[in-house]
Amino acid sequence: MIIAEQKPLKEIIRNLEGHKKILVAGCRSCVAICLAGGEKEVGIVAESLKLYSDMHGRIWEVDEITVERQCEKEWVKEIKKIVLGKDAILSMACGVGAQVMQETYPDIRVVPGLNTSNMGAPEEQGVWREKCAGCGDCVLHLTGGICPIARCSKSLLNGPCGGSQNGRCEVNPETTPCAWDQIYHSLKKLGKLELMEEIIPPKNWITSHSGGPRRIVKQEAILTSEEKAVKGGME
Amino acid sequence: MKAGSNLEKVLEAGHFAVTAEIGPPKSANPEVVRHHARMLKGYADAFNLTDNQTAIVRLSSLASAVICLQEGVEPVMQMTCRDKNRIALQSDLLGASALGIKNVLCLTGDHQTFGNEKGAKNVYDIDSIQELLIFRKMRDEKRICGGEELEEAPKVFLGAAENPFADPFEFRVIRLAKKVNAGADFIQTQAIYDMERFEKWMEGVRERGLDKRVHILAGVIPLKSVGAARYMKNKVSGMIVPDSIIDRMKRAKDPKAEGVKICIEQIEYLKTVKGVHGVHIMAIAWEEIVPEIVRQAGLYPRPTV
Ligand code: SF4
Ligand code: SF4
Repeated sequence: MIIAEQKPLKEIIRNLEGHKKILVAGCRSCVAICLAGGEKEVGIVAESLKLYSDMHGRIWEVDEITVERQCEKEWVKEIKKIVLGKDAILSMACGVGAQVMQETYPDIRVVPGLNTSNMGAPEEQGVWREKCAGCGDCVLHLTGGICPIARCSKSLLNGPCGGSQNGRCEVNPETTPCAWDQIYHSLKKLGKLELMEEIIPPKNWITSHSGGPRRIVKQEAILTSEEKAVKGGME
Repeated sequence: MKAGSNLEKVLEAGHFAVTAEIGPPKSANPEVVRHHARMLKGYADAFNLTDNQTAIVRLSSLASAVICLQEGVEPVMQMTCRDKNRIALQSDLLGASALGIKNVLCLTGDHQTFGNEKGAKNVYDIDSIQELLIFRKMRDEKRICGGEELEEAPKVFLGAAENPFADPFEFRVIRLAKKVNAGADFIQTQAIYDMERFEKWMEGVRERGLDKRVHILAGVIPLKSVGAARYMKNKVSGMIVPDSIIDRMKRAKDPKAEGVKICIEQIEYLKTVKGVHGVHIMAIAWEEIVPEIVRQAGLYPRPTV
């Protein structure tokens, strides 16, 4: 899932300056699970903004709403009634959701309420860790199911650097395990240690962001113009 | 001969090689490198010019290496993967070779958060093993990484670093094997204070016959003070400094002299380790001490080959 955290309230307030009718819009998916932008957090932020507004001569009218998934137009369109008439949306979704919101309502300014960090997973309650950098050419089969691109601070492909010690990464020994130490132990458990001996050649980063913004097309899923017309009529 | 560098010749002739480090300054002043090159001339077979060591912005290793050449001193140009992608690294290698640099050391590089540009976007397009692979391909196959042919290949003796003390320990010999298989002609190790662990590593190295395929130069760092020893023990990643060394430095009346003494003892010992073909002296910000160490360790004068 996508991991994000709330921007400091001060920054949110500064970014909303000059607007009047504000909608705080949350998302019930990833950012709700990582306790950054779900219904509950939307409520807290909206309350804080109202309080601030009251203290400053009611500068804002604040409404709130939380959609199922802000990254899909279908869900975002459903809140049209409440969106119209607003002059700013504080998106409490990830950067993807915020952009889809802006695309859907191009006339209303979307202000991000979160900082989107990474693709990761909860490690324990309250702790999330990055797992994948979306490189577009997965090598997990070579690395014992642990991603060297996202989880090694140097994205190394051929084993730990000289800074790996006691299983920790040199960059943040207190908080970060050395990915290559983990890979080593995973491969050992899997009886696949010989994979560590293989030289992995330079990676082709074209499939990553180095190849420019990515797009995936699934031909059979694309609607024909006829189907599009029918769907459009139903909307 | 792969490059015909002095270092290569010394090693190939079976001499116990000496390399030392010259740290480029944090400024545009060439005199610092020039001064050290002049002062150290003749005391080592080649001198490493570090590449923005610990991610601190410094006079570039390429420029520093050229200044050494101007002083008639042979450089080992360090090239880290942290700051440059494969296009820049290959381009610099061609440039270095064109300017007469014959030794290159391939490094991954310390993470930028250790330096004075913590907010920098790092590159790490390739790792040091892939760097070796690419450079060897350029030299031996006259082709760049992407496959295109070079009209003229760079002539370089390829080095890499290895840290026998990083973890997982059992992997460190394998990692060396990978570097050798990728094209390393010589290896300079991290500074060795824990001789026992180094010996254990060398055992593994010999078991695999790697000492026959690559020249291993064991790293030493002369200690200036007990503070420096403690710093290295606690703050430098991948470094083991035994308490016995720290105690010796603590008890010493003249810590600098003691540091030199320890260093010389270490070199004397390393000379006896089978498979070690030389030493690499890293007198960080204390280049002046190198001649004394080399003399006292019985490694002066350097052989002419
Ligand atoms: S190798 Fe690439 S796709 Fe696979 S987990 Fe890592 S970043 Fe993600
Ligand atoms: S210590 Fe491990 S995780 Fe950290 S940069 Fe080195 S290899 Fe990567």
